[in-house]
Amino acid sequence: MAKKLRVLVAKPGLDGHDRGAKVVARALRDAGFEVIYTGLHQTPEMIAEAALQEDVDVVGLSVLSGAHMTLFPETMRLLKEKGAADILVFGGGIIPREDMEELYKQGCGRLFGPGTPTTDIVAYLKEKFPDRV
Amino acid sequence: MADELKRIAEERRKWQEGVLGTVPKQGQSPETLSGVPVDILYTPGEVAEFDYLKDLGFPGQYPFTRGVRNNMYRGRQWTMREFSGFGTAKDTNGRYKFLLAHGEVGLSVAFDFPTLYGRDSDDTLAQGEVGKCGVAIASLADMETLFDGIPLADVSTSMTINGPAAVVWAFYLAAAEKQGVPSEKLRGTIQNDILKEYIAQKSWLFPPEPSMRVITDIMAYASKHVPKWNTISISGYHIREAGSTAAQELAFTLKDGLTYVEAGIKAGLDVDVFAPRLSYFFNSHLDFFEETAKFRAARRIWAREMKETFKAKKPESWLLRFHTQTAGCSLTAQQPENNIVRTAFQALAAVLGGTQSLHTNSMDETWALPTEKAVLIALRTQQLIAEETGVTNTIDPLGGSYFVEALTNELEKQAYDYFRKIDALGGMVRAIEHGFPQREIADAAYRYQKQVEDGRRTVVGVNKYTLEGEKLEIPLLRIDPTVEQEQHQRLEDLRKKRDNAKVKKCLADLKAACAGKDNVMYPILEAVRACATLGEICGTMKEVFGSYEEPPMF
Repeated sequence: MAKKLRVLVAKPGLDGHDRGAKVVARALRDAGFEVIYTGLHQTPEMIAEAALQEDVDVVGLSVLSGAHMTLFPETMRLLKEKGAADILVFGGGIIPREDMEELYKQGCGRLFGPGTPTTDIVAYLKEKFPDRV
Repeated sequence: MADELKRIAEERRKWQEGVLGTVPKQGQSPETLSGVPVDILYTPGEVAEFDYLKDLGFPGQYPFTRGVRNNMYRGRQWTMREFSGFGTAKDTNGRYKFLLAHGEVGLSVAFDFPTLYGRDSDDTLAQGEVGKCGVAIASLADMETLFDGIPLADVSTSMTINGPAAVVWAFYLAAAEKQGVPSEKLRGTIQNDILKEYIAQKSWLFPPEPSMRVITDIMAYASKHVPKWNTISISGYHIREAGSTAAQELAFTLKDGLTYVEAGIKAGLDVDVFAPRLSYFFNSHLDFFEETAKFRAARRIWAREMKETFKAKKPESWLLRFHTQTAGCSLTAQQPENNIVRTAFQALAAVLGGTQSLHTNSMDETWALPTEKAVLIALRTQQLIAEETGVTNTIDPLGGSYFVEALTNELEKQAYDYFRKIDALGGMVRAIEHGFPQREIADAAYRYQKQVEDGRRTVVGVNKYTLEGEKLEIPLLRIDPTVEQEQHQRLEDLRKKRDNAKVKKCLADLKAACAGKDNVMYPILEAVRACATLGEICGTMKEVFGSYEEPPMF
């Protein structure tokens, strides 16, 4: 019986727009993954801690506030520092294409913008973790 | 009359038989965005109980269904008011001057996230956020710079601020003071609608009870010193943006409003003194007729509740005045020029719905804050409606449409269904604590997303009429990365120059007022005048009132 994929959906920074994160969290749960949602106003430190505590495989960050170039790298840095560099960090929100490219260079997983069907996100995770449910 | 209705029904039945063979077989009848089934045709039969004088009446008279003013746009056009803010106060001051020069009538301030959360630009949590989503305002000096060269006696200003509303309003009042404008002359609005923060926008500071106390303090202060100021903009916009249906937007917003009225009365205020200064803020979404019906239903419900339930005596207490913003959540990142058209439809629905004030979104808002070009098109959209379409020549032109009246009635009915549910939970504050409106909204948001992914709902450019390998061809606004550093420097200089002993005393006085029963606006203003910062004042208030965080749910 394959182990279920564990995903942490997180809202870093002060951004209070959580419609997308909640819809994605539900879609991932409906697709059979185990989903933990951090809620709002998480610092990268809190997210990295939660990722370890919850023993997740993936962290999905949702940022619509324009602060993504601070929050994504910082979260990835902290995970690495805590010995959890193998946790996939991906995400979505309002992120200009040039910034997406830069974040990919820094090792970030796929970034999904407005209009993305949740099925694309599910497919992406299934492709990344083919041996997991 | 009854005979005529019978004849119409009979003729309709015959007509319908002919139609049924011709329309493509559909699984279900089409629905509005809120799930209200839409019939193929509306006749007098669908509004059989219609009573013109009782249900509609006349503009400017109870129940105000047709409009809050007796002359509506013939007497005074809606205020063109574009929500704006980015970077530093100086940057935004430039944008305001641009918009005013191009015909904008009222100002509307968009603050950055640190400001929205009552934090200074140099707060650790502000890192990366300063000036990105709105303008950074941390002090009276920032507020003065924001309105430099803009006489506050001559404009009305709306400020989208909630948790820290009392403090940011104090910055504005003190800035006006320095311009030599008496507070009695000031016109504007603070959003200050904490209930919808818990439900949807999430920019709260304190828990519900102290938040309501601060709101009633604001209302009391305004009625004495700033009588032309709208103390709350009871908002449905954010509830809708979070994914609610039109019916939920209508119901939850009005229920929030009625809850504020209860709170004001409980605090010992005279309803006829504070109610005329309550205003509303609605979304204008894509389902054209549903939106217009929603605005009309809102006016009628509010009028009835204020008159019959709260027994307010002044007609000014019964009328629902509102600002509208076109629906940001309906815009697409794909083929963004289409957003100009969406916004135009939505703006038209708001005008036909009788809005007092209107913000039209820019086409690039799914990507960034608006460029000058994009916001100019948005402003022109309003001017085109006002000057070229002729729709403002008569009041409530859709009034009497069988469809629109039927929809108005249906939305009103659904709102009352929700009122009953919320009352059964013990009122809106209790309902929020139970997570009821939040869950309804999350469910509606998910349902909508599934409809889009199934193809049951078309989003042009996203799931239909897409462009392969689309490249973004519009310029985007980029926030100068030096903004954050600049703000840090400004705050450092401020803290050096001011009388820090005075600031300390003012904050101590504020703390005492928070712990007691005195109106907090007075000590907040003193602290503001002494150059205490936003973060320092809010931090002091948090020491007494506590902070709030919601239990995560999806």
